[in-house]
Amino acid sequence: MTVIPKDSRLRYHCQLRQSAEERHAETHPLTWRLREDGARVGFEEYCAKEGYQSARQTLTQRTPADIIDTMKQANVRGRGGGGFSAGVKWGLTQVGDHLPRGYLICNADEMEPGTFKDRLLLEQLPHLLIESMIIAGYANRSCYGYIFLRGEYVEAARSVALAIEEARQAGLLGSDIAGSGFDFDIALHTGAGRYICGEETALINSLEGKRANPRAKPPFPGQSGAWGKPTVVNNVETLCNVPSVMQHGADWYQGLSGGLSEDGGTKLYGVSGLVERPGLWELPIGTSGREILERAGGMRQGHTLKAWLPGGGSTGFLLPEHLDLPMDFGTIGQYGSRLGTGLIAVVSERQSIVSLLRNLEQFFARESCGWCTPCRDGLPWTVKILQALERGEGKPEYIEILEQHTLGLNPARTFCAHAPGAMMPLESAIRHFRADFEAGIAHAPLEGVS
Amino acid sequence: MSQNTNPLSTAADLITTDGFQLHEDDRQAMLTERDHYEQPQAACIEALKIVQKRHGWVPDGAIVAIAETLGVGAGAVEGVATFYSLIFRQPVGRHVILLCDSSSCFLTGYEALSEVLSERLGIGFGQTTGDGRFTLLPVCCLGACDRGPAMMIGDDTFGPIEADDLDELLEAYP
Repeated sequence: MTVIPKDSRLRYHCQLRQSAEERHAETHPLTWRLREDGARVGFEEYCAKEGYQSARQTLTQRTPADIIDTMKQANVRGRGGGGFSAGVKWGLTQVGDHLPRGYLICNADEMEPGTFKDRLLLEQLPHLLIESMIIAGYANRSCYGYIFLRGEYVEAARSVALAIEEARQAGLLGSDIAGSGFDFDIALHTGAGRYICGEETALINSLEGKRANPRAKPPFPGQSGAWGKPTVVNNVETLCNVPSVMQHGADWYQGLSGGLSEDGGTKLYGVSGLVERPGLWELPIGTSGREILERAGGMRQGHTLKAWLPGGGSTGFLLPEHLDLPMDFGTIGQYGSRLGTGLIAVVSERQSIVSLLRNLEQFFARESCGWCTPCRDGLPWTVKILQALERGEGKPEYIEILEQHTLGLNPARTFCAHAPGAMMPLESAIRHFRADFEAGIAHAPLEGVS
Repeated sequence: MSQNTNPLSTAADLITTDGFQLHEDDRQAMLTERDHYEQPQAACIEALKIVQKRHGWVPDGAIVAIAETLGVGAGAVEGVATFYSLIFRQPVGRHVILLCDSSSCFLTGYEALSEVLSERLGIGFGQTTGDGRFTLLPVCCLGACDRGPAMMIGDDTFGPIEADDLDELLEAYP
């Protein structure tokens, strides 16, 4: 028996593709503490790099209302793909005097196709997340926090569990945190698969030990979430912005994008697919797709760019002509797509678009929770049609049927965002590459031949 | 705490408890997990994983044992057990291979790799090799997209994997 060595080239190890010299506290709030060697930043090292200073100051010097105001001014938008203002979300927990203390949940269920950013923070910088959750928990008067981590992230689970223990030992979790009078603790909750758990209300059901079917909104989780209590669900990367926003302020955060975008802050951008150097970079939000692609070394030799997904499988395809757009929520939204998670997947000219769509829709069909009929039944139909087109056995009406699905599986017709997310790449692919779909239609049989 | 007081537990009648003995350490671990939540049902996913860690999969009797331990209905536990893709309600091989079939791996060679792997193992997705060594399953984007195509064997994540790497990889999991 052989064992695959820890340093084997076959083992996956996530790594930021930016050197330490390029990263500074004032410009790279998410990643400046990461080590060059890609090893985990432990408790002592984190503390030596200004760790937990923001939480200590915030908990002793600021009120929850004041923190939420700063978050609203900074306009930290949800990095899990939704783009919703974290400050506005947090504000919901403050409505009404009689709300009980509730829960803070970190959504670490990273499963969006093409997305590999939260893994980096969870594995290598878990204390930044813990510190962020302490501040967010305080601002939302949460009594307890959960990190909902996908079950496959085994290394991240080890890293986060150790960090929780280290923070507890240091008096940063538990009762009277850092002498502030605030009581708060965190538990790691690992999942057992299923993409739909990333939808925040499905996640809450899953946390409660139920099947991960989404819930109707309203009520929004901020008012009634886990066990009916006010609940805030934020993505890992979103939360990790909080300590630096508290330390340096909303104006500093807004200024990080340096006029590239109306949005503030930085973003963990990445590229996957057939490029020379796939990877991850922390860059000002609003950086263009072209610059990100250049950092990835461009397309692999022998390949040219046909299309790209800006931020996951549930975003719409963009074309090479869109590479100079700022990668931010508002701009990408104007071009029939979404920023999503901000991790680009490139599609080579040599890749069949119909086959790629078949793969994407197989994913969404399999991952439908089955709760509502349009999603449960509609998505497998799109797969069947795409398979027929792939084999060159499509009928003339098939493209129209696919287009009907892109309308019929849209918001207000389905229960949650799953099916609309599935239709975004399909709708945009038909719009951009109709001829590729038409090529899958079988030649009409001769008159009189059945 | 007895499940007999819970009307939902009648679903347990459909599930045989034959031959399943919940290990005392596992029962204690479940009770510890239960304390992390406002209501005991929240611990049932973790409880299923605890059973699975020891037995490799979740036999019928474990559903009843978990329901009794947590004081929830067996139907609720079974509902959860059948929803989540990483809970196995039938025996699996000693090593479960999770092959990522999402878009970034698809763009970097998943289909060719999948074909070779299937051929090498002599099984398709959802199947276990005759010697009980490997079970092959598809999995949602593994978040290893910068190094696709990627896969997990047990708790280990690998990528990028080429067909030529498979012998070396598989050999490490006897």
